[in-house]
Amino acid sequence: MTGYRPRDWTQQPPALAPAYKSTRLRAPSAPLVQMPQASVPLSSPVFGQRDLEPLDHDLLQNHAQEGAPIGERILLFGRVMDQDGRAVPGTLIEIWQANAGGRYRHRNDTYLAPLDPNFGGCGRTLSDAEGGYAFHTLRPGPYPWPNSDNSWRPAHIHVSIMGSGLPQRLITQLYFEGDPLVALCPIVQAIPDKDAIDRLVARLDLEAATPFDCLAYRFDIVLRGRRATVFENKPEGM
Amino acid sequence: MTKTPLPETASQTAGPYVHIGLAPEIAGLQTPLPALGAEIADVDVPGLRITLEGRIFDGGGTPVTDAMIELWQADTDGRFAGADACTPGFRGWGRSATDFETGLWQFQTIKPGRVGDQAPHIALWIVARGINIGLHTRAYFQDESEANASDPVLLSLTPERAATLITQQTSKATYRFDIHLQGPQETVFFDL
Ligand SMILES: [Fe+3]
Repeated sequence: MTGYRPRDWTQQPPALAPAYKSTRLRAPSAPLVQMPQASVPLSSPVFGQRDLEPLDHDLLQNHAQEGAPIGERILLFGRVMDQDGRAVPGTLIEIWQANAGGRYRHRNDTYLAPLDPNFGGCGRTLSDAEGGYAFHTLRPGPYPWPNSDNSWRPAHIHVSIMGSGLPQRLITQLYFEGDPLVALCPIVQAIPDKDAIDRLVARLDLEAATPFDCLAYRFDIVLRGRRATVFENKPEGM
Repeated sequence: MTKTPLPETASQTAGPYVHIGLAPEIAGLQTPLPALGAEIADVDVPGLRITLEGRIFDGGGTPVTDAMIELWQADTDGRFAGADACTPGFRGWGRSATDFETGLWQFQTIKPGRVGDQAPHIALWIVARGINIGLHTRAYFQDESEANASDPVLLSLTPERAATLITQQTSKATYRFDIHLQGPQETVFFDL
């Protein structure tokens, strides 16, 4: 193992995206400095079931006080893999989101939509041996934000993946198939590649739905792959 | 037999409410999940106990009060958790959030040792509203000038830029590391 594949920056949003106002004073002006390969740590923190509670992955239950939260019940599931399609097992996946009305349980969120007493809006799990993961949650509502006079975030769930090394550490957001706000959102549209945006859209998977309980959306995650070793690149016998 | 690699999933900003998911207790929020990343090294882990703290400033010089910062470091013998047989009780990973009022973030940890030919350092990763992809940087120690002088990462930078990665020692066991996202004092950020 000799480190990670170089990042393909055509698939990532640039630091400065002027239409997303908050980037204007928070984007570094200097280009990122390439760290010498030998200095990049290849290890990452290890998490286990002892770090988790049994209901951590179930947002329909993990903050329930007197019943289930209001909203469209969904199973959110998928697979975490690297750029070579290899499973990333045992990695910590954390999500947070607004409730069905578009309100976050956060002291800085003052949107007029009410809090749901039965919904906290955060969850976490570990990927299994095949990289698979699943959460039970509800589809969050869109919400307004102070980027312009009339800016609305598409429905989205924030997703954090620890990965198996610092270069794989990722935070992203997933969106929902068919949401007309995706095309209007400057945070999403900062990503220059249309296909890269499309891959942030979770797909309805009716087969995976639980009849008379919840719909299912699939969201697969691809983390940086390992650089092929010199040995692997050499043809046999050389 | 070279297969085209799959494209990496695109990053998106952690947004202003990152605390709900990742740092609820630090940010004083009531959520169902206790925070991960509070314990970097258990009390019986050997090493000099230190505080690493600082603020994050935007291009206008205003402290950022809605950021989350993660730490990754070696133990006092230069070993990383998860990679080698390192000290039991040493996680080497932590999470902090900038205070909603003061913008101060803080870690209670141990001073790391040298890692191979690298000077003692702490890797930091910063996410916030307005940061589209997490920023990697490193904090080196002011009182390790000899080791710093031969560190390959610091040596790859101009002295002016390298200086942005050196902490200020504000007391015997407290190191201050202010991060400037933009502008003339801009901190060095890395592509790993
Ligand atoms: Fe959000």
